[in-house]
Amino acid sequence: MLSHLPILQVILPLVAAPSCMLIRRSSLVWFFSLLVSAGALVVSVLLLQQVIDSGPISYRLGGWEAPWGIEYRIDLLNAWVLLVVTGLGTAVIAAARQSVQREMDDLRQTLFYTLYLLCFAGLLGIVATGDVFNVFVFLEISSLATYALIALGRDRRSLWAAFQYLIMGTIGATFILIGIGFLYMMTGTLNMADLALRLPELGSSSTVLAAFAFIVVGVCLKLALFPLHMWLPNAYAFAPSIVTAFLAATATKVALYLLVRFIVTVFGIDFSLTSLPLQSLFIGLGLVGVFVASVVAIYQVDIKRMLAYSSVAQIGYMVVGIGISSVVAMQATLLHLFNHALMKGGLFLALAGLVYRLGSSRIDAFNGLGRTMPWTMAAIVIGGISLIGMPLTVGFVSKWYLITAAIESDMWLVALLVVLGSLIAAIYVWRLVEAGYFRQAPAGGDVTVGEAPLSLLVPTWILIGANIYFGIDTRLPVEVTGAVAQYLLGGIQ
Amino acid sequence: MSAVGLLQLSLLIPLLAAAGIALTGKHQNLRESVSLVAGTLLFASVCNLYPVIMAGQAVELLWLEVLPGLALAFRVEPLGLLFAMVASGLWIVTTLYAIGYMRGHGEQNQTRFFAFFAISIAAVMGIAFAENLFTLFVFYEILTLCTYPLVTHAGTDKAREGGRVYLGILLGTSVAFFLVAIIATWLLAGTLSFQRGGVFSGDTPAGLLSLLLVLYVFGVGKAAIMPFHRWLPAAMVAPTPVSALLHAVAVVKAGVFVLLKVCLLIFGLETLREIPATQWLLYLAGASILLAAIVAMRQENLKKRLAYSTVSQLGYITLGALLATSAGMTGSAMHIVMHAFGKITLFFCAGAILVAAHKTEVGQLRGLGRQMPITMGAFLVASLCIIGIPPTGGTWSKWYLLLGTLEAGELWLMGLLMVSSLLSIAYLLPIPLRAFFSDALPADTGDASVAVREAPWPSLLALGITATGCVLLLIYPDIIYQLIKAGI
Repeated sequence: MLSHLPILQVILPLVAAPSCMLIRRSSLVWFFSLLVSAGALVVSVLLLQQVIDSGPISYRLGGWEAPWGIEYRIDLLNAWVLLVVTGLGTAVIAAARQSVQREMDDLRQTLFYTLYLLCFAGLLGIVATGDVFNVFVFLEISSLATYALIALGRDRRSLWAAFQYLIMGTIGATFILIGIGFLYMMTGTLNMADLALRLPELGSSSTVLAAFAFIVVGVCLKLALFPLHMWLPNAYAFAPSIVTAFLAATATKVALYLLVRFIVTVFGIDFSLTSLPLQSLFIGLGLVGVFVASVVAIYQVDIKRMLAYSSVAQIGYMVVGIGISSVVAMQATLLHLFNHALMKGGLFLALAGLVYRLGSSRIDAFNGLGRTMPWTMAAIVIGGISLIGMPLTVGFVSKWYLITAAIESDMWLVALLVVLGSLIAAIYVWRLVEAGYFRQAPAGGDVTVGEAPLSLLVPTWILIGANIYFGIDTRLPVEVTGAVAQYLLGGIQ
Repeated sequence: MSAVGLLQLSLLIPLLAAAGIALTGKHQNLRESVSLVAGTLLFASVCNLYPVIMAGQAVELLWLEVLPGLALAFRVEPLGLLFAMVASGLWIVTTLYAIGYMRGHGEQNQTRFFAFFAISIAAVMGIAFAENLFTLFVFYEILTLCTYPLVTHAGTDKAREGGRVYLGILLGTSVAFFLVAIIATWLLAGTLSFQRGGVFSGDTPAGLLSLLLVLYVFGVGKAAIMPFHRWLPAAMVAPTPVSALLHAVAVVKAGVFVLLKVCLLIFGLETLREIPATQWLLYLAGASILLAAIVAMRQENLKKRLAYSTVSQLGYITLGALLATSAGMTGSAMHIVMHAFGKITLFFCAGAILVAAHKTEVGQLRGLGRQMPITMGAFLVASLCIIGIPPTGGTWSKWYLLLGTLEAGELWLMGLLMVSSLLSIAYLLPIPLRAFFSDALPADTGDASVAVREAPWPSLLALGITATGCVLLLIYPDIIYQLIKAGI
């Protein structure tokens, strides 16, 4: 049983998805999805434990030897990402029941949980597999499920947002497929470890370079790295609240994982940094992304959209970390991957509570929220403070590592810009505080507005609590990501 | 009780008090007694640390290690103890005053007010006893965030505007400069712990140290060095007790205290003297003193005038620290205490005048001395303390600061301190003098006869205590002096 954990991680939600259609009753389906997600979480915890204890796990699908058959390879990097994805997925689905009931009719609820599990399985598959074509397959599974999930939104504009994402996402996936095709053409293998062995022999042939460029651009599209982020704000703003929380906490994180995997493991960090001006490109685009997206976020009226732009900015930080490409910087990126999932997961769940009560996530819905929904508002404030990067929250930990990495590499300007970026975050977070605590709720409005239901509030506060807990007791994330970064880049120091 | 226990208590009492205040919110009198009892207990435990420290014992406490090498840790050292004594002692007095003021003025949300007040004091204790720059930074930021609801207490648009400037400047400078300086210190020196004689090794390039010093001086926005002083006048939208304790004592003194500590225990006086930037920053502090004094003269609003006077006086403390001589340091540390007593009294008076006579402008105060003799008398004493002439404690700090400029051979700066003292006479003294010796304006006599009386007795008692303190500090400066000597 324990030796089959890598495949179990993926197959569990994949098989569970169609079973949802058989159960049909929405609250039962919810409970079933929750069980499956929690099961996946347990599996990922066991996997991480196993990897820490005894090194990378290689699992041969159907017993076929590695370069010919499909290999699932779990090392520290993907064990960590699996834990993040399953943990956040479970927290989000735990909060889903009442919010989904409010935002969708009965028939669509079952559909929602089916799609959610498919998407979940796809994301886990991308992370777990050690085969590049398998990556593409799971990418398509998760993407198609995502398009449908976004289209479930109440607002008719969600259809348009889903379509927009469909076009952009398909271009991205096609680019990745072209890249994989080129790689296969040159090496005759699809296994990541095998590719990593064979690619250096080819030197920098133009086909390999083209493959590299296609894959990087394709993944960056899925990652929503500035300026390829255009699909993200609409998708986040118009999707159902729970879907937004799920995507923000997991989907972009998986894309980031994919970027690191291709750049570091498949192509090799030396090739990646020398063949293209990737270092300056990532640092430059990342920082521009941080500033542009943060400034745009300040002017948003819809808070879901505001946080979406903030996500684009935060992705900028992570990419800057990859760009600096030292061990500490990589650790900062991986830390921020986890930390940002916690922040945005908590914030979007809090917004889901707001939408549940008020039916809107516009800034005027926040007026007087400090009195009507004190717990939800407090969660938003703490999540926001973590987003800014105040000490004693997780946001501080990743910023600290990123700035340290920048200064260690003598990039003082980068360090300063990272710091200034968090100040802009302070501005948009403070808009919420001012609205929540200083403006009065509209007098003629619904006086019965109360706190969000407990089923939403508890998962929200678990995530918000994690923001503080892991900001104070930093051992788990710091030790694991430190080991991962060392494992990935230890050789180049 | 052991010394470590006392230290633990000093950090926890205000926090427990905040919880107690929140729980007893429905019963006004009970709530206020929680504040007062907590204040007394806090002051007692801080004072009990005094003999331990004077005996030279080390008192250290580790809360937790956040990242490897970055710990929330505390250590009592003499300057921090001095700051903690001043802040905790004046907390009791301010609570007394606030009870009278908040009730007399009929303010809303008093429970929130007193609770955040207590949390702010907890943050101040954390700053005073911080063992390293990381701990200090954490509590520095907590102090900024916890005072924000106090500044914007009125909840009006004007309060929100003021709060924005307040938060914007304090958060902005601390994140953009202070944090960067701390991280750079960490990378250069490998430690953030405060150490006698500084943490940098001899071969650190002077240019880099200069840059760091500049980052620290600007980064600690609470020290209100121009051009980052705007938050202080903006914070005057707060209720008067907040202006009194936080923006004359706790917050601004936290700022200059941090600078003092950074100069003394991160750079070390030796290193500080050799850095080229020190000279320029001295001139900047001098300019800040002079300009703020000139601006203060032109302020009609009483609280605004006091705020700019604070900016000017904070410049003295920064200047004293940057002189990098032992007399300069002594003067700075003393001025923290003297200015605290003087300025808190002045704000208490301003608040008492507002509550009793509903007056906020300087021009309206003519002839008020006859109706409010105690308040205006205290105002006079406190003004003398700020200016630095007997019979008040301010004399000592000015004395040592002047001595410091002589020791450092900065005759220009000595002249500048003299001039600015004259300016402070010009903006402070006319207020009590006119109150006593001029007739009230004819337009005001009509409604002034509607029996303006002294403020409620708790407020009056509070300002009496602090004004007496100003005088006593002239006679008994020794306790403070010994502590400072042990610290430098």
